[in-house]
Amino acid sequence: MHPVTTVHYLVVGLALLLIGTIGVLTRRNIVVILMSIELILNAVNVNLIAFSRHLQDLSGQIFAIFVITVAVAEAAVGLGILIALFRNKETVLADEVDLLKW
Amino acid sequence: MNFLDHIWLIPLFPLFGAVVMLILGRRFDPQAPSDAALAPGLVESVEDHGHHAIGAAKFLVSLLCPGMVLLSFLLSVGAAIELASTAGKVHQVIQFTWLAGLPFHRADGALARFSADWGFLLDPLSSVMILIVTGIGFLIHVYSTGYMAHDGGYYRFFAYLNLFVFFMLMLVLANNYALLFVGWEGVGLCSYLLIGFYFHKKAAGDAAKKAFIVNRIGDAGFILGMLLLFALVGSVRFLDVNAALAGRAPETSFGVLSVLALLLFLGAAGKSAQFPLYVWLPDAMEGPTPVSALIHAATMVTAGVYMIARSSALFALTPETSTIVAAVGAFTAIFAASIALVQNDIKRVLAYSTVSQLGFMFVALGVGAYWVAVFHLYTHAFFKALLFLGAGSVIHAMSGEQDMRRMGGLKDKIPVTFRTMFIGSLAIAGVPGLAGFFSKDEILWQAWSSPLGSKSIFAVGLVTAFMTAFYMWRLMFLTFYGQPRMDAHTAAHIRESPISMTVPLSVLALLSIAGGWIGVPKLWSVFGDGFRAFEHWLEPVFAAAHSAEEAHHEASVEWLLMALSVSVAVGAILLARRRYLSKAVQEEPEAEAPGLLHKILLNKWYVDEIYDFLFVNGLAKRGGTLLGRFDSAIVDGGVNGAAWLTRFTSRFSIWWDTWIVDGLVRLSAFTVKVWSYPVRLVQNGLVQTYALMVMAGLAVILGYYMSR
Repeated sequence: MHPVTTVHYLVVGLALLLIGTIGVLTRRNIVVILMSIELILNAVNVNLIAFSRHLQDLSGQIFAIFVITVAVAEAAVGLGILIALFRNKETVLADEVDLLKW
Repeated sequence: MNFLDHIWLIPLFPLFGAVVMLILGRRFDPQAPSDAALAPGLVESVEDHGHHAIGAAKFLVSLLCPGMVLLSFLLSVGAAIELASTAGKVHQVIQFTWLAGLPFHRADGALARFSADWGFLLDPLSSVMILIVTGIGFLIHVYSTGYMAHDGGYYRFFAYLNLFVFFMLMLVLANNYALLFVGWEGVGLCSYLLIGFYFHKKAAGDAAKKAFIVNRIGDAGFILGMLLLFALVGSVRFLDVNAALAGRAPETSFGVLSVLALLLFLGAAGKSAQFPLYVWLPDAMEGPTPVSALIHAATMVTAGVYMIARSSALFALTPETSTIVAAVGAFTAIFAASIALVQNDIKRVLAYSTVSQLGFMFVALGVGAYWVAVFHLYTHAFFKALLFLGAGSVIHAMSGEQDMRRMGGLKDKIPVTFRTMFIGSLAIAGVPGLAGFFSKDEILWQAWSSPLGSKSIFAVGLVTAFMTAFYMWRLMFLTFYGQPRMDAHTAAHIRESPISMTVPLSVLALLSIAGGWIGVPKLWSVFGDGFRAFEHWLEPVFAAAHSAEEAHHEASVEWLLMALSVSVAVGAILLARRRYLSKAVQEEPEAEAPGLLHKILLNKWYVDEIYDFLFVNGLAKRGGTLLGRFDSAIVDGGVNGAAWLTRFTSRFSIWWDTWIVDGLVRLSAFTVKVWSYPVRLVQNGLVQTYALMVMAGLAVILGYYMSR
């Protein structure tokens, strides 16, 4: 049985990043897009904690807690915007909201 | 007191009077000036309550204005006496430089600077003139206090009269041509103002304008002459000019000096009413009679004679122009006298007589007898002023009537006027012993004997002398003798003029008798040299002009000519007496001689009509039309052409602006627009597209760094 090394964690983080990115780029539902953004942030958290353990430095873990905090706030704001959008446009699909163009 | 160095005071007094009158006069004068300045005599009916109209204020005017002239006269007498005791009999006072010009190349190439002084020159010639101007001026001022007493604008009249005396004194006292010209124009202005004194009458206004305009023609000649003189000599000061001309020999052909002299003569002909510029003087009789006496007989009109006498050094060098002067003078003399023969207006007879006598003076100037011209000027001033003032007194008595056909038999009703005018008429007719005889006889003699004179000029002069005696005695017989022809109302109002008018008349009558006794002919040697004082007094002024050897003539010829002129004068008087004292003419003078010649003379040779046709209608009006066409065709054409050219070039400008300037601007806009089509496809508003692009960009940057 191989021991779980730092590289393994990094591979998990990379997988999370790719899944999240692809989710952001491809899903139509904004709720899912927000969830994908959470995945990306958590990929970062995994990396931070992996390196914290690897380097025996606690500051990485503290940084991860900050990221979680900011992510919560960001999710709250994002969902708030989404509700406002829904009230106005009756939709939660990203490709039906294209007002920000020339 | 040193009179000579205070010559400037002489013109100052009348100026003071004029300024005071013009500024304060309205308050002095109880009558408003617009109070219809009625013709004198017409106001006879006002006389009853006229006395309280002459208030203290009016008395002040009558005291101030003649007083100023009297002061000038006293100063002039003082200055003349002092001048007599100086060595050179020339005194020049330069107060300051009045006109300072820029350097200027003279005709001979030398550099000169035009400058004119505010300076005075007193020599025998100007001393005679200032004594005439202030002396007769004073007498006429006194006369005017009586004559104008009931006229509106009393103060205005005296203001102009004083102003006239000021300018006239500037004219004769100036030490250079430029300052003389100031006086020259100033007297012209006063003449204009006084001819048009009764400005509510159209005839008076027209006459004033005519005088002013005709004088402009002469003045143009004067200015050109003055400038030519400066270009030749480099100075306009009399003494400098005389000194510069002194060395020259007389011109044998019509050269530049002759042109110069001719231009000055043109100026003199305008001012002194010589043919063809005399037409303004008879019309000037529209002014009040004292004005006619002072300005249009005694002083201003002689300014031309004075000016030529002043330029005698020049005229002595130009025999050709002198001949023209004599010819014009002789023609004017006989021409004006012929018109005076038939005129019925008492003042018009005297006006044409003045023109004729001025012609005599020009004859004297033209034959080189300058002192004789000034002598005749001097005697003429006395007897012509007397005759005009006497005529004024007659008009005053006749309630404004000027037509001699409605006078007659005034002899006993206005005795003082009659006696003085009798003396004046004898004097102008040339009866021996009176002033006019001496000067006129001397002119005739000089016309005969002078190297520049000729027998024909003498003959013209003799005929004119005959006419003169005839028309003057025609005037006397129609006015004073025979039977009265006025209506009953006028006849009832005839009375002798007040003492303020009769005293000047008497003084002038005395002068008309005695004034000539200082210029008796050389022939009368029994009287001694004192009786030839006038010629000796003026000798230094005309010394330069008298270089020509005086031709020797037999005394018997001179006696003969003198007898001839006297018999002509007496014959004319007797002829006039026979003709105008006859019962038929006395009863109905309207019917006299209905011949063609009479009609032509009565219409003054139709000269006014010819001038109207040629100049007023011909030149001025038709020329005006021509100028109008020139204006619309050439001047406006130039303006319109410039406008057309601007519009034409503006089309090119518009094209350039539209296609090149605007084109560049629109091209850049178009370029940007074209490029915007592909570029704006990128911004489709879909948030995921943007995210993809961020990813792609990230990938590119990462790829770039990783591939290194």
